[in-house]
Amino acid sequence: MGVAAAAPAIHTVDLTKRFGSTVALAGLSMTVPRGEIFGFLGPNGAGKTTSVKLLLGLLKPTSGEAWLLGEPIGDLGTRRRIGYLPELFRYQGWLDAREVLALHCELAPLPRSTWKEEIAAALDTVGLTDRADDRVSTFSKGMQQRLGLAAALVGKPELVFLDEPTSALDPVGRHDVREIIRGLSDRGTAVFLNSHLLSEVEQVCDRVAVVDHGRVIASGTMDELLSGTAVKVRVSGLDDSARTRLAAFGPLDDEGEHLTFTKLDIERVPELVSTIVALGGRVYEVSPRHQTLEDRFLQLLHEDDK
Amino acid sequence: MAPVLVFARLTVQESSRRRLLLALVILTLLVVGFSAWGFNKITTVTRSDGTVLPHDQVSLITSQLLIVITFMYSGVLALSAAVVAGPLISSEVESGLLLSMLARPVRRSEVVIGKWLGLAILVTIYAAGSALLELTAVNWATGYEPPHPVELVLYVAAEGLALLSLGLVLSTRLSGITGGVIALVAWLMAWIAGVVGDIGTGLQNSALQNVGTISHLLLPTDGLWRGAVYAMEPDVILAALRAAGTAGRANPFSAVDPPPTAFLAWVVVWFGLMLTLSIWSFRTREI
Repeated sequence: MGVAAAAPAIHTVDLTKRFGSTVALAGLSMTVPRGEIFGFLGPNGAGKTTSVKLLLGLLKPTSGEAWLLGEPIGDLGTRRRIGYLPELFRYQGWLDAREVLALHCELAPLPRSTWKEEIAAALDTVGLTDRADDRVSTFSKGMQQRLGLAAALVGKPELVFLDEPTSALDPVGRHDVREIIRGLSDRGTAVFLNSHLLSEVEQVCDRVAVVDHGRVIASGTMDELLSGTAVKVRVSGLDDSARTRLAAFGPLDDEGEHLTFTKLDIERVPELVSTIVALGGRVYEVSPRHQTLEDRFLQLLHEDDK
Repeated sequence: MAPVLVFARLTVQESSRRRLLLALVILTLLVVGFSAWGFNKITTVTRSDGTVLPHDQVSLITSQLLIVITFMYSGVLALSAAVVAGPLISSEVESGLLLSMLARPVRRSEVVIGKWLGLAILVTIYAAGSALLELTAVNWATGYEPPHPVELVLYVAAEGLALLSLGLVLSTRLSGITGGVIALVAWLMAWIAGVVGDIGTGLQNSALQNVGTISHLLLPTDGLWRGAVYAMEPDVILAALRAAGTAGRANPFSAVDPPPTAFLAWVVVWFGLMLTLSIWSFRTREI
């Protein structure tokens, strides 16, 4: 227990998953310490959900090893200490919310004497207390996702996997989920947050890993990842060939009138402006700023595609 | 509660809350009511000379009609078991319902056995309940009761359980519709193969007889059905069938002998194999 207690929440070494000839995950190696909020970012199909399913034992790795809370993945006892909100969330429509949570208390398994308190606390955390006795079939998608989050929270898990936890939520719901995640971290629970909502990750995560084509292409704390400068330019009069030539200034997010150079040294801004003018463009606005996670994300994917 | 029992309870609860049980109870009561009325009519039918049928003849007609009605019950049970078992696991995998539960300290074998157990309880209760109602109604209407009512219930229930077990195996890999349809077609084919085997017996053709035997081994539903038929046949019918020799056996609604002990032992092994196959198939499935 001593070793396990000191062990990181998640540790993987070269975790690989192939489906036939398709490589879904190519050698994932990472460590998530206890109590940390870890963002796992990537475009659709990058291998995020596959990673979560491998860690939870729903899929078997082709090669590599991984440990959760110090125990090898697939260990049944470890699952008592883990919560999971799947990306594809669905709960028994013929049960009411309280019954669904009681079912998860029973499977966890928690002592029956604690169920009432656990269920009430989980319902209160996700804001479903008023609907506790309503059938899940009457719930909206967003409410079902809240219920899924509540199910992931029962039993005070040491590690929680949240796979796109706000995909069905409105802005208020997203804000609530961020607060819940921060609350989990405060009480020492590690959170593995799978998401492609970059602003969400940026606001809550201590560290992130960016995954693409089944590989981690960057990882680190927010400060480490977002150390560069991005430059946004409002411009007109540039044709496609001129825009292509601007690739010399690094990865470019082209949104028509607005061009964002997602990583550009501030010292190169005068050169950029003179080049645009030389290419026949008219510059209306130049705004350098710190890189956002979106800038960095696009830059990384751009570099990975090269 | 152990996870196996939790999944069994969930399966029963789902059938109840989705009103499947209520629908079956209402339909069964309707059938029992109509059949009681029909059976009662037999006792009031008069011959050309104006006299009612003697008791022995009423019993004879009742016994044969009861076999046909039981065939309908066993059909309803087989259909229901196949249709409910087909999507039992696959639909919950496809919808994501099982994902959060499988991330709990639950073995996949516990999911499979629990779901089988829940549905097996329903099948057995339905078989016993409907038989009790129907036999009571028949007894009230005509005074007839089949010679082996307990065996009748056991064979009909076992037939439903066989379809349930086949549906469950298919459900671990195939979609609900596909699994349900395959189980139903297999049930019908096993019944037809049983008839082919009977014809083989009648014609004393070993190739045709083998078709029946092999089908009984692959899917024992028809063999179990014959056990149910035997349990309903009064001695006078059995004597007539035996007097007819091999020709008397060529009929899916008759049975000259009870199912052999070796066959019943095979049925037990077959259930074990189906459950083992279901567990292995689900355990090795990537979700």
